[in-house]
Amino acid sequence: MSLLEISNLSVQFGSEARPFNAVEGLDLSVDQGEVVGIVGESGSGKSVTMMAMMGLLEGQGRIVADQLRFDGKDLLKISARDRRKIIGKDISMIFQDPMTALNPSYTVGYQIMEVLKEHQGLRGAALKQRALELMEMVEIPAAAQRLSSYPHQLSGGMSQRVAIAMAIACKPKLLIADEPTTALDVTIQAQIMELLVSLQKSQNMALILITHDLAVVAEVAQRLAVMYAGQVAELGAVPDIFRRPFHPYTEALLSSIPEHSKGARRLNTLPGIVPGHYDRPVGCLLSPRCPYVQERCRLERPALTVDGASGVRCHFPLSAKEVK
Amino acid sequence: MNHVLEARDLTRYYDVSQGFFKGNATVKALNGVSFTLDAGKTLAVVGESGCGKSTLARQLTLIEPPTSGALLLEGTDAAKAGKSELQAMRTKVQMVFQNPYASLNPRQKIGDQLAEPLLINTRMSASERKDAVLSMMQRVGLRPEHYFRYPHMFSGGQRQRIAIARAMMLQPRIVVADEPTSALDVSIQAQVLNLFMDLQDEFNTAYLFISHNLAVVEHVADDVMVMYLGRAVEIGSKDTIYNRPLHPYTRALLSATPSIHPENRAIKIKIEGELPSPLNPPSGCAFHKRCPHAQERCTREEPQLRTVDAQRVACHRAEELRP
Repeated sequence: MSLLEISNLSVQFGSEARPFNAVEGLDLSVDQGEVVGIVGESGSGKSVTMMAMMGLLEGQGRIVADQLRFDGKDLLKISARDRRKIIGKDISMIFQDPMTALNPSYTVGYQIMEVLKEHQGLRGAALKQRALELMEMVEIPAAAQRLSSYPHQLSGGMSQRVAIAMAIACKPKLLIADEPTTALDVTIQAQIMELLVSLQKSQNMALILITHDLAVVAEVAQRLAVMYAGQVAELGAVPDIFRRPFHPYTEALLSSIPEHSKGARRLNTLPGIVPGHYDRPVGCLLSPRCPYVQERCRLERPALTVDGASGVRCHFPLSAKEVK
Repeated sequence: MNHVLEARDLTRYYDVSQGFFKGNATVKALNGVSFTLDAGKTLAVVGESGCGKSTLARQLTLIEPPTSGALLLEGTDAAKAGKSELQAMRTKVQMVFQNPYASLNPRQKIGDQLAEPLLINTRMSASERKDAVLSMMQRVGLRPEHYFRYPHMFSGGQRQRIAIARAMMLQPRIVVADEPTSALDVSIQAQVLNLFMDLQDEFNTAYLFISHNLAVVEHVADDVMVMYLGRAVEIGSKDTIYNRPLHPYTRALLSATPSIHPENRAIKIKIEGELPSPLNPPSGCAFHKRCPHAQERCTREEPQLRTVDAQRVACHRAEELRP
């Protein structure tokens, strides 16, 4: 059984009279020790999905799902109190901007120890010892001194390391990283990704990596979900999905990155923009922009057809076409 | 050959206060950078935060005078130019900023924003200005009805088109683009990059393209300048820099850039540590503390930019490290 099973998750915002779905009918499963990438453009629902699971949308969005099962428990059916015991302990999350994710008024040591006190009941010397161990695990130089540093005294890369230390403090089974390296420089990005992957392996955690950067996913993930306008457009194994995408949107995304059209003066583009919340088409959500659109696509919204590990939401998936 | 732009030993220092009781310290944000740029060509400037990219942009757009060095714009030195000369020179260099949500005035209609450069710098009549704006709007892919709209009514990609149109209104010789696509989604980034390329073909504009994304740079650049802590560490044509990088920092950057085909990556170098503080740069080569090839000499002696093979590189061991 998978560690995490999300089926038919929808997240709705707005008033009852004029609701809109930020996420619609999302299915996703993650196994223990697996790295899954979720890729999509802004507004595609990738962060909202994870926030819904973490219970961070309370009071704002309406969350409906057939099941939101983590480690045998349905997160939607248990009480908020029970859920809080899981969140931060078995599931933890790191965010895009490490400078705002940490509390500026407390030392980083205090913030790491707070997690350990809350979830593991550590006190005194054992607490401090464990915090130091965590700082060393995330390769922070001079860890003992840094425990009493405030976040503003650390660089972006160091702050992200602290955020990672907090996230892995209770040996979570699942770590969700929401654009963990987007705010960082290239060489620091490489260091943080390497750290995340090595921790993921040594702790045998599952890792969900939310990003807009396909190349980052290609480097570290085993499976990939491509999201478009609140739906999963395509699911598949890495690197197969990069060699042979079945969904026209995946193909367009891949071919619009500069690395794909080396030597060409112009890049391939998908015309138009992602449809807004209130002007979603009746048929396939990609139909106004899709280069292969047909009559049926405009009338009928396709379902996600899953075949083993891969799945595609398209009436006319691209045939076995090799993409360089 | 007359270059559109030539920087000679361009330097900019800033004084920063370190607190009430300490004296001011000097940050060498730009520490002797030289390069040339020709019409219709693109020079990409690559580097991490704090390397002096944005300071360079502020120099080139004549927002700030350099501390020392010369900046020749079509042969005239901006560092020595008077006020009225500078005003005329400023029309030749325009800028496109990173964040189109912040660079457009939220209270002004798009048409008015685009007409403003013409209003200030030309003697065109109102109707001529409107015609010029409409034709530029069409050129960048905006519709005539957008003329009366406000920035909040546009998506990020469209706003960046507006910002580009505004920069192009005076048909400048040089456009300085500071991370113009890093706030945009991949598919929108491709549209905006295409627009940059099309406009360059049409107006023969020279671009100084500042970016930290090496995949984007590889697409747009003719020449590449890699900067580290206020200095250029390697300059060369795009092909040279990408195929035969000599400076260990350039190689580290290339190998740190994620790729959709990671198995094809030729160079694999990992570098440790973080950028040193520009307030307190290391002795000798600024990169020696992170460099896997550093020797005793690198800690003492600052390498100067010199020609090795097809590029110019600032590394003592460039010859030995040739692939």
